[in-house]
Amino acid sequence: MTGSICVLAEQWRGRISEVTYEALALGREVADRGGVQLTAILTGCNCREMTRMLGAADSVVYVDHALLAEMVPQTCADALVQVFAGARPRVLLVPLTNISLGIGTLVGIRMGVPVINFCKDVTISGDRLEAHCVMYGGKIEATVEAGAPSGPQPAVLGLWPGARTADKGRAERDVPVTDMPVVLDDARAIRLCRYIEPEAGDVDLTKEEALVAVGRGVQDRGNLPLVEELAKALGGAVCGSRPVIDQGWLPLSRQIGKSGLTVKPKLYVALGISGAPEHVEGMKDAGLIVAVNSDAHAPIFSVAHYGIVGDVLETLPALTAAIEARKAAAPHA
Amino acid sequence: MHILVLLKMVPDVVEDLEIASDGKGLDLDYLRMILSESDDHALEQALLLKERHGGKVTVLALDAPEVDDALFTAAAKGADRVVKVVGMDAGFTTRQAAGFFSQVIADQAGLLPADLILTGVQAIDDLDGLVAPLVADEFRMPYLGIITGIMVDASGKTARAIKEFPSGVRGEFEVKLPAVLGVQAAEKPPRYVPVAKVRAAMKSGKIESAEVPTLVDGGWLAVNIMEMKRNEPASQAEMLEGPTEQVCNTLCGILAGRGLV
Repeated sequence: MTGSICVLAEQWRGRISEVTYEALALGREVADRGGVQLTAILTGCNCREMTRMLGAADSVVYVDHALLAEMVPQTCADALVQVFAGARPRVLLVPLTNISLGIGTLVGIRMGVPVINFCKDVTISGDRLEAHCVMYGGKIEATVEAGAPSGPQPAVLGLWPGARTADKGRAERDVPVTDMPVVLDDARAIRLCRYIEPEAGDVDLTKEEALVAVGRGVQDRGNLPLVEELAKALGGAVCGSRPVIDQGWLPLSRQIGKSGLTVKPKLYVALGISGAPEHVEGMKDAGLIVAVNSDAHAPIFSVAHYGIVGDVLETLPALTAAIEARKAAAPHA
Repeated sequence: MHILVLLKMVPDVVEDLEIASDGKGLDLDYLRMILSESDDHALEQALLLKERHGGKVTVLALDAPEVDDALFTAAAKGADRVVKVVGMDAGFTTRQAAGFFSQVIADQAGLLPADLILTGVQAIDDLDGLVAPLVADEFRMPYLGIITGIMVDASGKTARAIKEFPSGVRGEFEVKLPAVLGVQAAEKPPRYVPVAKVRAAMKSGKIESAEVPTLVDGGWLAVNIMEMKRNEPASQAEMLEGPTEQVCNTLCGILAGRGLV
């Protein structure tokens, strides 16, 4: 594996995550450009059959252990450090998701190599490794170099979801699999007791044709009735981004994004939502996306079809009134 | 029960972010600093645990503009001891931040033992690592992140931590204490504290200072920002411009044209 591009495959509840395929797509590009091997590393317990799903890689290292059934960061990092004990990779791509967050940091510190988070692309030229990152909630792009005093050294890159399309890294085939035994200490192990399934909400957002989503820009819980009026005028439902849910303004069942629901309505109106990648992941495939935000540089405008730069609280009632007026003027069937 | 909470200030991304003239960082003159959102939730979770189990909450925050306000607010909310970590150069990385926290925790009297060390799961500028796993590794404590609830058992030796997974699924994990947990969201939204109470904390309370020690130079681990720029989208929405009413009528027409109104 020395010098190879490695991808940590995320498995959760019997499935390989979508971000893993995105990481494989990026890893494939980088490996091909550099003329090196792409290796996927799958940790788990009794899930060897999933290695077939990692066919975009040239080979798979499979690490099976009872303590790896869940991707608990410290246990998983312990295993990865053992995997790399004999041959260090040039790059380890680790998805930055709520399945494997923290693993990259731990692998980096234990191997004594640099970690770069929020990556969406990477270029390697000789000894130089440049990562292209999205920081500050998606508002800033940074080109980041991993320090390399002499010769190429490994780097752990935390991959931001959406770096590539998952389909480019999805390939089902038999690939050479190496079984790697590891010794893990369960003295400080963290154990899963149970999964808690989400409570059904009062509305099934995945079936709504129109969704009006609110973010921090709505400023106050007291402004939600204005949002509900717009949703009612559009015949849809209200949902929100993470900060609104964390503030308790809307229930968890109304959250759109990485930790919430993925929706594909015909119309998605994003009000005061900056467009952080975590949110975009859950709504980017909506038929028509309209965004209203006071910041002309908000990343949400990169996924929206139509945008309005303005005060959400000023736009909301005006848009509701315009829709109601049009409906009133329309000839009745 | 003794809970340590680690806080850091980050740029408020609701404001326009300006790039510094060297193109390698944000222009500090134009930044408004706020408490990292998930750190605020970590503080709230600590206060909820104190209310439930008794004990003491100690807050450590890295020096930055507006940090005194954040610490006095923490005191007004119910933190028993607030400590400002001072003496570092501006522009420290997340690995360095974790190093500052770890050394102060180890050196400053009364910070250890701690049953729980809580901090935000991830800040918007955590480019070269995450604070929680780095601190956990330093003290050889268990670590788990993306936490949205914590229940400590009667013995005080283990906790049940609720971790968020995709699609609204959560996992309940058993964690041996002491442990470091990266909090995504507290069980309740961060409490509101009246300005008068914050002022009272300013008058009666005291922010302790803890000088950071010199960290071992890990230059070869460093990551260097070569260029920073605004994220200019590759594809851009068609922007509707004009007075609000006119813009809304135009949008309404577009929606009607697509059968969405």
